[in-house]
Amino acid sequence: MVPVWIMDRYAYCTPSARVPQALSGLSLQTKSLEKSMVSGYFIARCDIDRKKGTHVSRPTARSAGISAAENYEQTRRLVGYLPRSDATEATYTDLGFKCGLEIHQQLLTEKKLFCHCPAGFYQEPDDYDAELVRHMRPTLSELGEYDGTALMEFRTRKNIIYRIKNETACTYDIDDTPPFRINQQALDIAIEIALMLKTNVVGELHITRKQYLDGSIPTGFQRTAIVGIEGDIPIKDKTVRIIQISLEEDSCREVSDIGHFRTYTTDRLGMPLIETVTYPDMLTPDEAAEAAHYLRFLARSSGKVRTGIGAAREDVNVSVTGGTRVEIKGVAHIKWIPELTHNEAFRQSALLMIADRLRERDIAPTEWKLTSRDIKPDDLRTDCPPVEAAFAAGQRIVAVNLPGFADCLSFFTGPGRCFADEVSDRLKVIACLEKPNMTNSESLDPIISDDDWTTIRGLLTAAPEDGQLIFWGPEDDIETALVVIDERCQAAFAGVPNETRKSLPDGTTIFERVLPGPDRMYPDTDSAPIPITGEQIEKIRAGLAVDVSNRQLQLRDWGVPEHLHAFLLRYDLVGEIETIARKTSIDPKYTAVLLSQTLNHVRGVYADRPAPNYRQLPDLFAFVDERGLERDILKALLPLWYLYPNESFDSLLEQSGYTPAGVEDIRKAIPDFRKSFVVRSSTKDPDAEVHWLVGRLRPTALGNIPLKQLREIVDEEVGRG
Amino acid sequence: MRRSGVAETMEGYKGAALETLERFKARVWSESQIKTTRGDFTGIILPRSENDDDKHIVLKLATGYNIGIAVDTINDIIEQGYKQANYKIPEKEFPVTEGLPHVKLLGTGGTIASRLDYRTGAVIPAFTPGELYGAVPELADICNLTTEKLFAVFSENMGPQQYRKLAVAIGEEIEKGIDGIVIGHGTDTMHHTASALAFMVQNPPVPIVVVGSQRSSDRPSSDAALNLIHATKTAAESDIAEVMVCMFGPTSDEYGLLHRGTRVRKMHSSYRSTFRTLGDIPLATVDKEKITPLKPDYKRRRKDRDVKITPVFEERVAMVYYYPNMQRDIIDSLVDNGYKGIVIAGTGLGHVNKPVYPAIERATQKGVAIYMTVQTLWGFVHMFVYDTGRDLMAKGIIPAENMLPEVAYVKLGWALGQTDDLDKVREIMLTPIAGEITEREPYNGYIVLQGGLPEVEEFLHSIHM
Repeated sequence: MVPVWIMDRYAYCTPSARVPQALSGLSLQTKSLEKSMVSGYFIARCDIDRKKGTHVSRPTARSAGISAAENYEQTRRLVGYLPRSDATEATYTDLGFKCGLEIHQQLLTEKKLFCHCPAGFYQEPDDYDAELVRHMRPTLSELGEYDGTALMEFRTRKNIIYRIKNETACTYDIDDTPPFRINQQALDIAIEIALMLKTNVVGELHITRKQYLDGSIPTGFQRTAIVGIEGDIPIKDKTVRIIQISLEEDSCREVSDIGHFRTYTTDRLGMPLIETVTYPDMLTPDEAAEAAHYLRFLARSSGKVRTGIGAAREDVNVSVTGGTRVEIKGVAHIKWIPELTHNEAFRQSALLMIADRLRERDIAPTEWKLTSRDIKPDDLRTDCPPVEAAFAAGQRIVAVNLPGFADCLSFFTGPGRCFADEVSDRLKVIACLEKPNMTNSESLDPIISDDDWTTIRGLLTAAPEDGQLIFWGPEDDIETALVVIDERCQAAFAGVPNETRKSLPDGTTIFERVLPGPDRMYPDTDSAPIPITGEQIEKIRAGLAVDVSNRQLQLRDWGVPEHLHAFLLRYDLVGEIETIARKTSIDPKYTAVLLSQTLNHVRGVYADRPAPNYRQLPDLFAFVDERGLERDILKALLPLWYLYPNESFDSLLEQSGYTPAGVEDIRKAIPDFRKSFVVRSSTKDPDAEVHWLVGRLRPTALGNIPLKQLREIVDEEVGRG
Repeated sequence: MRRSGVAETMEGYKGAALETLERFKARVWSESQIKTTRGDFTGIILPRSENDDDKHIVLKLATGYNIGIAVDTINDIIEQGYKQANYKIPEKEFPVTEGLPHVKLLGTGGTIASRLDYRTGAVIPAFTPGELYGAVPELADICNLTTEKLFAVFSENMGPQQYRKLAVAIGEEIEKGIDGIVIGHGTDTMHHTASALAFMVQNPPVPIVVVGSQRSSDRPSSDAALNLIHATKTAAESDIAEVMVCMFGPTSDEYGLLHRGTRVRKMHSSYRSTFRTLGDIPLATVDKEKITPLKPDYKRRRKDRDVKITPVFEERVAMVYYYPNMQRDIIDSLVDNGYKGIVIAGTGLGHVNKPVYPAIERATQKGVAIYMTVQTLWGFVHMFVYDTGRDLMAKGIIPAENMLPEVAYVKLGWALGQTDDLDKVREIMLTPIAGEITEREPYNGYIVLQGGLPEVEEFLHSIHM
């Protein structure tokens, strides 16, 4: 059998091994397979469930005290973690759960915010005309020191590479030209939404620079401006307060981030978006999702925002009692919010308990110091391919002693994650050490035997209550890596570090960067303030869309079932239903149910097709009404219209197979069909026959009689026979 | 670019805005709640830029954002606190390292390094060695740095007076034994200053490097720090003892180019890689690790201090950019106003239209020195090719070879500063001193690549690291 090593979420094999063959014996689902640029090992990303263990023989878990796996389980119980499905409101009250939102919504404009490039055209990552490289340098803070994020980003010594496509980016995008006048269309939309949020609209827009050193914007800052402050939105049983709404430019899309190279495309860069920030008024994960939905519906009801993948993105701020505000960035789907915030709350809770555990051990954080020394593969008796490969590649292998961290490294911090991951994540992001970058004395997937850890403890002259880790990387990155480990462990004494985290689809998060403070804003010296006059505001206010909460009330009024509201609000169909009710004899509840069911289905089936303009729906309904067609014909017409929105309604009607027929015509057709049924079917079940007959006659009945009536007719005929 | 930072304008309020602040006894720097018809706003009242209107008050919110409040919506202002800004930049002592070269940085006013006052948003220039060390600590690995601020003017306000003062200061530093000189300069007229220094400071034994930045140093993507590192490295270590401009090669953060001070020109209003050597190739490339000469025929660094400083400049010299249908009064009025020298940037090989001829004749008769350069920037003036050229020379215009128009202007001012004898002026003008006229134009001295061509697109497609 080919040796395969399992670590974190990765399985990896020696370069000579045939990976698929090796993995086939493990019944592991391989998600991706790549050759590590650093070690030359093949790395397979797998879904490995730690609780189930892995399917390969591997060194046993540590034997001193309790095992790492036992400690993980124990601390999991200690934290009181439970799946979200089992959590109640009380769970979150006990945690002191608080959540605020920052909703980013792209605006539907032709051009970008500060230049004249077209907005909304995306390129494939490998489709570009030019590449250029920049480095982001921190600017000094007020105290003459670099702030946390700035220093971290500088320490990474990233080469930021931008891939430019001429169609979608100009010299402004790459910071070689000052900004042009702000896009007035975007500003008007932003003011409109600011009014819908009931905020106080500013008298003058001041373009402000917000520093970002990750390279996501080539200038190193985002141009952003407050449009309104202090508003509110209603959600079930409460009001959520709005801190502010700003108009800003979107950032680059990341292509890859490997080692010291981070690559972006500049297509999305500079597209106008609004950011709506709420107070931390949401006290449960479900409330957070509800508020996010509300804000999205509100923006969509303007009819002037972009929809589709990436058009709306949420940053979610979470804190618990004793914890810190942690920002989960770039949540692509609102439905992810509850799981992410739930897990983040427990992560913070766990980190606070780790701090307690460290304090119990009487370690003064100020005196805490890690020790480290280089080791060689020969120092280990276990064959440890990643360590050997790193060494062979000329990298250094460093063993680190973390005083007092025994039983902390395997401390539960979330499903499938423990404290050691916090260190490993930061090594990847800050020190640019690609994963797998370390293992530790309490690894849940150990690759080094207990005996070897004993040896290492000897080399480090470690005490029993200490934890150890081994990491590896290029010479140039070792110093930064040691600082990173030191900082993260120091922070463990205080509890929850200030940071932004990236969301993963499984509901957990990983470290992204240190949370920047408010001290990173300064005026844009390239642009003048833009007055927003009272007349401008009143003009926009006059054309304002109906409030989302009013829309919801309207739906309830009509008796539309609650579970259909989300769809109708998301695509802003309530206004259309109103128009249809006004123009035709079709009642709003019928229209609401029909639209949410039929359109939802068609959208799913033809996900790759662009949706037609829903503002034309009333015309289609009016067409049916004026022709005196039975309204159920819409069930056939809607999908056709969705696919061929430019064809005439007459043509759609023809395609639907409609022919005029009366009740008697339908009745007359039944006996022949019944004969055919007898021939084809062996069952004597009258229901089966009725079903079959209704199915046969449906096309004839559509548009002529209600489908309900068809059923009655068939029932009568079958009953009679 | 609006360079009048908040710091200089402090208050900046006038008219209706000032009246409103006075009416409610609200002070700049006070933390205030402003009640308006559009709702309440709370923050610190900031100074306003003098060029902005008198209808708004600037407020910094707790989130760090600035907003403006229309004064005609204000019902009340309630002061809740007060804190005046402190603009001092913290200093860290620049470390002295035994054995490292000594470099002098002379400041003219451009902002090379700066830091932000986040509370007010003001950009504060860093200039003393301590301040620079705080902003660009890498400098301490390159040299022992001392600085002197000669003046504080924007690039466009640099002129003869400043050229002369700079040249004298450079001479003094060389005499004192400095290993290299860096001059911080705004970029707009950097090439004018560089050529002026190339003429006024002859035969320098050490590198003299003019440097600036296209993106102000308060932004993380600024080219300032890297340019300063490159310039300092060049001054400290390079073997090239000439007046040079050191700025970005490509727009990417890859390497800098060292341009000869008399052949360099700013070619783009905003690009980082705006400075180009015209009609020749740059002297060298410079990055954090090394300086790589591209031209072998540069003047070498020397131990001696035999520099010749000629800090003179005749200010009544003008440059005229010819355009079709130009009339003679343009030239006449210069002559009538007592100008002693005129540099014309002519079309093609060096031409102007017939209506101007009599004015030129009159000017030369009145003892005004007139030199011809080309608008095409690349290439020599060739006035024998067409009758027009021959006619013009007959009327007294002197072709200035392949001197760039700006360089010819500076040189004419410098030459006329030394003598009124037009024959001597001619001799000075046409004798190459610092590469301003080249005997030959190398084949690779003219390259303006055209986008869209497959080979150019291929070059642009990937970075060259």
